[in-house]
Amino acid sequence: MKILVCISNVPDTTTKISFTPDNKELNTAGVQFVINPYDEYALTRAIELKESQGGTVTVLNVGLADTEANIRKALAIGADDAIRVNAKPTDAFFVAQQIAQYAKEGGYDLILMGKESVDYNGFQVHGMVAELLGWPAIVPAIKLDVTGTTATLEREIEGGKEIMQVNLPLVASAQQPMSEPRIPNMRGIMTARTKPLNVVEPISSDVKTKTEAYTLPEKKSGVKLIDPANAGELITLLRNEAKVI
Amino acid sequence: MSVLVFIECADGKVKKSSFEAACYGQQVAASLGTEIVAIAIGEVATEELKSLGKYGAAKVLVDEEPRLKDYVSQAYTKVVAAAAEKENASVIILSNTNIGSGIGARLAARLQACYAANVVALPEISGDTLKVKKSVFSGKAFAEENLSASTKIIAIKKNSIEVKETGSGEAAIETFTTALTDADLNGVPQETVRATGDVLLTEADIVVSGGRGMRGPENWHLIEDLAKALGAATACSKPVADVGWRPHHEHVGQTGITISPNLYIAVGISGAIQHLAGVNSSKVIVVINKDPEAPFFKAADYGIVGDIFEVVPKLIEEAKALAK
Repeated sequence: MKILVCISNVPDTTTKISFTPDNKELNTAGVQFVINPYDEYALTRAIELKESQGGTVTVLNVGLADTEANIRKALAIGADDAIRVNAKPTDAFFVAQQIAQYAKEGGYDLILMGKESVDYNGFQVHGMVAELLGWPAIVPAIKLDVTGTTATLEREIEGGKEIMQVNLPLVASAQQPMSEPRIPNMRGIMTARTKPLNVVEPISSDVKTKTEAYTLPEKKSGVKLIDPANAGELITLLRNEAKVI
Repeated sequence: MSVLVFIECADGKVKKSSFEAACYGQQVAASLGTEIVAIAIGEVATEELKSLGKYGAAKVLVDEEPRLKDYVSQAYTKVVAAAAEKENASVIILSNTNIGSGIGARLAARLQACYAANVVALPEISGDTLKVKKSVFSGKAFAEENLSASTKIIAIKKNSIEVKETGSGEAAIETFTTALTDADLNGVPQETVRATGDVLLTEADIVVSGGRGMRGPENWHLIEDLAKALGAATACSKPVADVGWRPHHEHVGQTGITISPNLYIAVGISGAIQHLAGVNSSKVIVVINKDPEAPFFKAADYGIVGDIFEVVPKLIEEAKALAK
């Protein structure tokens, strides 16, 4: 089984977000970038499937050279090889086109990625890739098993889950509890250095969307504290002042 | 030209988020000088669909193909795309739910459209360009984007627009069919398992959430009782889901579910930045914690510094009294 796992390079989840003075770009000074947490669930599940059934796991990232540290981390966790599409990921459609182009040539059975990136929260690259390839997309998937050419998945729905069997190939996006992410061990880190990381140039693509400006939410005016001895007063305030109950 | 709104249904009823989408669509259509058409898939009560007329929909297309009873992304996308083509839609509005955004992404690739997800406000319109504001960085910031392609797709975040009736008319119902292939239906759900609980977390206007301060699952009845008294859904923080006190689908936060209810009550949650990221677009935040230094108080509108095992029972009592 050939699995392609797409990873995104995102600010660490504890990052306080700020922007450049013209408000057009994220201020990356002092920001540590990590593998998108949802993509780590996808990566770990792909490696588990490879370990139990054989096959290969290829990691793909659309990004400039500064993402290679995280690509190496994915190799250290257990991916076999990696592709970096040498381009700044300008928008979701651009990224989806790069992935679809590569997947078309690669003969993959399964494309996995996180349900969304924690930076742009688009929840859309998987759907676009699936549409470009004409494949089904199961999103967000909380469980994934493969037997032969059939995948059994659980998909989260509002207020429950659905269970389905889907013929490969397919795209699935990961959400907890699909897997428990692994920390690379020393042996993994050593072998990752010798695994292939191929850099390819992007295909040309329209840019569909461009962010004109970023803004931060307005600061809260401050908390109104209620005496715990009169805790019931809170309910009155929520009803009469905030008008939310 | 028209504005097409995709209507999500559950158990034969239109979801609240779809009424929001209809209201959003109505206001966009009014600005563009055009009308809104809705598309619903599956079995839905006719009265429910007719009621969309109150929110501006002149017409509702309904595809009742039995194989579309449950959501299949390829097939649903095909139906919505066909409806968009039939109605010559220049703007397509969806809800930013698992289903809505799943269709939105596929449609964007299929129609070569501009797509903005997580949109939190009505657009500014100048000529053929729509400028939208969307939530990014897990709610820690907003981005403004110009949508200028001939087809624009917008997925709106829950609770970003007020649901209000703008008319009294009934929408006309029109049967709609789309030819489907077996490939379109690869991935039909075979079994649906509903979680317990009266109120859906993602649809809830009020959410009561517990953290490690609850000390253990045996104390969760306090969260449930307060939620019940307020007609709220229950949720939890990541550590609580990780240790298995509560199921993962109740975990709200950056790597869990992102919610934007009118009222979020956090009990015994200190408010790590990752937790805040999943809830900070709630309209009103209440924090109950014995530690006055808990960072969550900085993001709260109302707070009680006190022992949750003394405070929460008082809240339950007061909320029950109010309900009577």
